[in-house]
Amino acid sequence: MNKRYETIKRAKDGAFKYFGLFCTFFGLIMLAIFIGNILFEGLGRLSWDFITSYSSRLPEKAGILSALMGTVWIMVMTALLAIPGGIGAAIYLEMYAKRTRFGNIVELNIANLAGIPSIIYGLLGLEIFTYQLQMGGSLLAGAMTLALLILPIIIVATREALKAVPRSLIEASFALGATKWQTIRRTVLPAASSGIITSVIIALSRAIGEAAPLIVVGALAYVPFVPTSPTSDFTVLPIQIFNWVSRPQKAFLVNASAAIIVLLCIVFFMNAIAVYLRIKKKIKY
Amino acid sequence: MKTQIQFIALFVVSLLLGACGGKQNADQQGAGGKLKGEVRIDGSSTVYPISEAVAEEFRAEQPDVKMTVGLSGTGGGFKKFGRGETDINNASRPIKEEEIAACNQNNIHYTEVQVAFDGLSIVVNPQNTFVKDITVSELKKMWEPAAQGKIKTWNQIRPEWPNEKFNLYGAGTESGTYDYFTEAIVGKSHSSRGDYTASEDDNVLVQGVMNDKNALGFFGYAYYEANMDKLKLVPVDDQNDANGKGAILPSVETVKNQTYAPLSRPLLIYINSVAVKRPEIQSFVNFYIDNAGVLSREVGFIPMEDAQYDAQRSKWNEFVKTHQ
Repeated sequence: MNKRYETIKRAKDGAFKYFGLFCTFFGLIMLAIFIGNILFEGLGRLSWDFITSYSSRLPEKAGILSALMGTVWIMVMTALLAIPGGIGAAIYLEMYAKRTRFGNIVELNIANLAGIPSIIYGLLGLEIFTYQLQMGGSLLAGAMTLALLILPIIIVATREALKAVPRSLIEASFALGATKWQTIRRTVLPAASSGIITSVIIALSRAIGEAAPLIVVGALAYVPFVPTSPTSDFTVLPIQIFNWVSRPQKAFLVNASAAIIVLLCIVFFMNAIAVYLRIKKKIKY
Repeated sequence: MKTQIQFIALFVVSLLLGACGGKQNADQQGAGGKLKGEVRIDGSSTVYPISEAVAEEFRAEQPDVKMTVGLSGTGGGFKKFGRGETDINNASRPIKEEEIAACNQNNIHYTEVQVAFDGLSIVVNPQNTFVKDITVSELKKMWEPAAQGKIKTWNQIRPEWPNEKFNLYGAGTESGTYDYFTEAIVGKSHSSRGDYTASEDDNVLVQGVMNDKNALGFFGYAYYEANMDKLKLVPVDDQNDANGKGAILPSVETVKNQTYAPLSRPLLIYINSVAVKRPEIQSFVNFYIDNAGVLSREVGFIPMEDAQYDAQRSKWNEFVKTHQ
């Protein structure tokens, strides 16, 4: 009896290990198939001309210059708007705010906001930024909409990073006579920095792939110029990709794959920066 | 209050970025007959490829005119057009009552110019050997709202067809294509059964019909043309001998001479009467009408007869004269 129980226990343990292994590889294999397929389709189309030309009706002449530049502009602006706000709110909620009922409601709402579909943020941005604040379909309106979209993600993840800082470190700092701000600046933020950087990169990686909220806010598709100021009209890579994918001619699908490769490179590059910063800033206790 | 918020918002961002340029002065005429200013186009994603092609060619002639084309859909585009935010709206269906009301409210007048045709094509899977033609009333029986949950098999449509389930594929309900199809087939715009595979992306519909031997779907002629070997085109009989007897296949010829009915649809652009005063708009629309024939075929649509373009041109010239 006891021996049989032992065998079943071991079998279950082994089975779970292989189940976990399967889950890990399933995700990786899907990603590999996707990337392989995109590279196979689009790599041949990638060229300097493709990156430095504007969109065109002729697939072989078309390029992504305005979409790429629009994406760079909007990512920089979104980051500038969302990062200080997100980290500031997280520090306040984690370090200053008292545990009141109101505080709990705020907390719950931020967690809920992180799960709202992006198109809803688009409608909000259209009403507030495009119409009420009369920004039109400008880069500024788009960046503010995306900043709103990723703020809750940054806040939630940054709070987790702050929570992970050992209580003993903070108390040691206070014991040495440091003020709250000195403690946050010199002890908490450096200790939490790798987690905060990860949260920012995850949030920005989400923003970079959004097309729907930007179309709602007024982003365009054919833009034969590079944006020169935050009030410029613009388009971004996901809109260009969406537009090419839905065209009947097969050659546009190849263009879409090539544009996806460029978008993936930007995301990988951003992640590489994050990994580098994480290694550099890692603090061991 | 509003201006204050706006000012603060702009101030903050200009601080952040250290760069804050204003809009360029829109209507100046440069030296040597070169135009300046901007042309703002938005609207239908179906008409988009034609407007993109025309904008691209126009830019080669007038590089200083700032051209932009958006794709927020016929309806989304008309919302902006009715507020006076865009100069031209691409439309894959005529303007609706409520959209006209919105324009009137903001004192916006407009004219409609047809630039090309699209033949909405009825397609089935190539393995389907029994559907050799279809009538408009049979299509209505398949697609009308009353068919939902009741009309499911081919033999309910025509007794000699097999007793097998059919699956329908069509445009999503937000598109102008859906509105046009339901108007032409069901008789009422924006009304059909709900139990069909809907997508705003016609390539998804092409995939669906390709992989389902009991499929029947509809989409623009360009999508059939790009996938001819994987789809079977079905001739449509509108039971009206006045415009061609029997079932007729969509083709460049039959769509152009209007014998493929009622599924050849006009592709339109709407032009704002205030924008007409600007020389770059006049010049652009003239260029559009002159080149729409060649360029629309290049991107997969079907041009009109020369006489029809002439008619559109004189309608446009009349509009320019009255609003100058």
